[in-house]
Amino acid sequence: MAGAEAPQIREKVVIRLAGDSGDGMQLTGTEFTRSAALAGNDVATFPDFPAEIRAPAGTLAGVSGFQLHFASSAIYTPGDAPDVLVAMNPAAFKKNIGDLKPGGIVLANEDAFTSANLKKVDYAESPLDDDALNERHRVFKVAMEKQVALALDGMGLSTKEIARSKNFWALGVLYWLYNRDTERQVEWIQQKFAKKPQFAEANIKAFKAGYHYGDTTEMFGETYKVEKAKMEPGVYRNIMGNVALVTGLVTASQKAGVPLVLGSYPITPASDILHNLAKYRNYGVVTFQAEDEIAAIAASIGASYGGAIGVCSTSGPGLALKGEALGLAHILEIPMVVVNVQRGGPSTGLPTKTEQSDLLQCMYGRNGDAPVPVIAAKSPADCFYAAIEAVKVAVKYMTPVVLMSDGYIANGAEPWKIPEPDTIPDIPVSFRTEKEGYQVYARDEATLARAWVKPGTPGLEHRVGGLEKDFLTGEVSYDPINHQKMCDIRAEKVARVQQDIPPTYVEGDEDGDILVVGWGGTYGSIHVGVEKARAGGHKVGQVHLRWLNPFPKDLGDVLGRYKKVLVCELNKGQLWRLLRAEYLVDAQSFTKVQGQPFLVQEVQDAIEAALKA
Amino acid sequence: MPLDPPDLVKLTRKDFQTPNDVRWCPGCGDYAILANIQKFLPSLGVPKENIVFISGIGCAARFPYYMETYGMHSIHGRAPAVATGLKLANPDLHVFIVTGDGDALSIGGNHMLHLLRRNLDVTVLLFNNRIYGLTKGQYSPASEQGKITKSTPLGSLDYPVNPAAFALGAGASFYARTIDRDAKHMLDVLEKAHAHKGTSFIEIYQNCVVFNDNAFEYVTDKKQKVEHALYLEHGKPWLFADGKKGIALDKTTMSPVIVDLEKEPARAEDIMVHDENDASGVLGHLLAHMDHPQFPVPIGLFRQSERPAYDAQVIEQGKVALEKRGAPDLKKLLFSGDVWEVN
Ligand code: SF4
Repeated sequence: MAGAEAPQIREKVVIRLAGDSGDGMQLTGTEFTRSAALAGNDVATFPDFPAEIRAPAGTLAGVSGFQLHFASSAIYTPGDAPDVLVAMNPAAFKKNIGDLKPGGIVLANEDAFTSANLKKVDYAESPLDDDALNERHRVFKVAMEKQVALALDGMGLSTKEIARSKNFWALGVLYWLYNRDTERQVEWIQQKFAKKPQFAEANIKAFKAGYHYGDTTEMFGETYKVEKAKMEPGVYRNIMGNVALVTGLVTASQKAGVPLVLGSYPITPASDILHNLAKYRNYGVVTFQAEDEIAAIAASIGASYGGAIGVCSTSGPGLALKGEALGLAHILEIPMVVVNVQRGGPSTGLPTKTEQSDLLQCMYGRNGDAPVPVIAAKSPADCFYAAIEAVKVAVKYMTPVVLMSDGYIANGAEPWKIPEPDTIPDIPVSFRTEKEGYQVYARDEATLARAWVKPGTPGLEHRVGGLEKDFLTGEVSYDPINHQKMCDIRAEKVARVQQDIPPTYVEGDEDGDILVVGWGGTYGSIHVGVEKARAGGHKVGQVHLRWLNPFPKDLGDVLGRYKKVLVCELNKGQLWRLLRAEYLVDAQSFTKVQGQPFLVQEVQDAIEAALKA
Repeated sequence: MPLDPPDLVKLTRKDFQTPNDVRWCPGCGDYAILANIQKFLPSLGVPKENIVFISGIGCAARFPYYMETYGMHSIHGRAPAVATGLKLANPDLHVFIVTGDGDALSIGGNHMLHLLRRNLDVTVLLFNNRIYGLTKGQYSPASEQGKITKSTPLGSLDYPVNPAAFALGAGASFYARTIDRDAKHMLDVLEKAHAHKGTSFIEIYQNCVVFNDNAFEYVTDKKQKVEHALYLEHGKPWLFADGKKGIALDKTTMSPVIVDLEKEPARAEDIMVHDENDASGVLGHLLAHMDHPQFPVPIGLFRQSERPAYDAQVIEQGKVALEKRGAPDLKKLLFSGDVWEVN
């Protein structure tokens, strides 16, 4: 960087990488995120990819995007509008250019702006040459493929193989633009492609070539730097929601001293839970890829009955198939965790997009009165804690628990301050072995939980099943009063989970003009939206519910402390309905179902509108 | 650690009976099966706490309630999946799956298919009565074509599933057929099934006295069964009709043919000889397709083959993983990947 000007300091930067599904944008984005996190920035990411593995090249349907937000201050969302757009082809450009900030940078792969590719997305001529565009944004056209070909000249690679390295070339340019340390990236490429040294070499060469290109051509005129964020002291790692969730499940199993059995059927966006848990066989974890969604939950039920922590992971359509079995787990009163990583519905819907439209399904999607505790994680790292809590409640109350995540936090990432293992409390579990006085459905007074007995325990042989059972002996009972009693007790047991839920945590103003209520993965956008509304002079509180069933004991009181209540969620008003029904509160609803998370601006506008309403 | 202690208290049939009233219709074939199983279990030398019966839905599925062991009456068709999870949690348990033709071959057909190909170490007792009993008499996937029932007043149209061909086609490592009324034969089959490592699939012809009485009369009636049942014995020829008839292979069509040995005594050496362990699996498939009334119906162990059981392999992988990756270490788990320190 000899002769270059000192980098300009920026507090926050949003970059969006967009290209064909095969262009490696997810990898490039993940890698740049890693470098930002390792450099001490706060980060938030939003991978946004199509449902098709490889949609036809160059089409709008095939565009895969990755947005990343990195900053020297605390951030809560991947950012509304990007400062930089990397567009690997005309389709990627067309789909994303509208979001770019005025004055933002476009880095376009000129080689892909051929007349054939332009035609695929209805451009008569290259939009990169448009005057209006060049006035609004800073447009940099680079023949990336030619540059990569030059860098890899003499390696004996085919044109196709050469083209594959262009994402690393783009990554190199970004490294230069944001003054990132290249060494760790080179090491990473070496490790990642250790088995294919030729590709490792090609990618490193391309990466370095990109970096040097930025330097020698001084293409951007200036470079930027985002300083370290002030974070609490500690050891951090950048973690995705699905990985955090798995880490939480394994930790819970260790803390409970009970092995974990996962039954799962691959489904987007939950499959990574299966993939990641499968790595922990040496932690006593058994993963079973079942033949279908029903078998997956049935196997989890069998495992829990056998004395393991049964878990199954799925998404909305899978949960629909699991309904009957979840009812069985409820009436058996055995501990298990059903993970629902929500995606856009109904039906197959939008498999790779995010939504929160399964809340009512999780609450009620079973035959009969079959309530189960429902907990939702609010951010990628929070999936770790939510998973532990779900297991804790499941074994304490002998009940299936639904743990909700969504596509946005499942695939998104954020820095996580790793807790010391010793600071995580043990999860007490006891299996009954005492014969004297054993009754299959006798209950603990405080939790109403029945005893967990492992088959193989002498003298406690008993039968359980889906037929209604006697409130004490567990034998089949068709007695009307007994049925009423059992339905009441099962509901009461789930309601008692309230004992384990801390008082409602209010952020912002403790009372005032409006309370904004949300749940799940929308935490970040709502949080920033609320902060902005407060900065605008309103008295605004934020409550982000972790337990959706049961609600915290004091929630009704909290709702009553504000003149207005606004419920924000990515569905058609599901929590809103629940709150209105439970608390007779005249809450307003702000919703969105576009497969995308809330923008901060949208939340802020909704608060303004609700205040005026 | 094996759960079964070596020095066992001697158990009797009574030890396996629950005080519950058995609620099948009087005369139902299920009673005989229940009595047989209760008679059989003490002979295993397995403590009853290590035995689990898992069922789905249907008349047969009430079975666990009558067994003084661990048991679960689960949901329709899903017993194989429940049993799989149970064995994954505790592979040392002796698990029986009790199911019916609707439960196993209709709503639960998918699970049965995958149970068999995985070869989980369990015993499947398929009570085949070729009818839906609990829902009061609709035709089942095992009912013969043209069956007149409440749901098919004009006769059923679908071609029935062949449980033997289905099971063997799915890769069953053990398939046997027996009859509710033939206590001695059933005990013999149960013993063989218990000795087998992997999924033992036993189809039991079971009489539903109310909705499909005498569906298997041709093999249960003393007179008829002589002509219509072929009892299989390892190493013995496929003979029936008191040894007067046998089954040979037509080598041009590769299909079984009935040979009347009284008329053609010279063909005695053409009669197929039963081999339970037939490596090719061809004999099992031939037998599976021999059906009433064209052929005598084979009764007994069609085939068993050795293949590692799913649960045994899971344990093995666990051992290897532990050796390779080391004991659980939360610190390692949490602090993995790219970590950095903020001071
Ligand atoms: S309906 Fe048939 S199978 Fe069911 S209990 Fe009665 S006789 Fe037995």
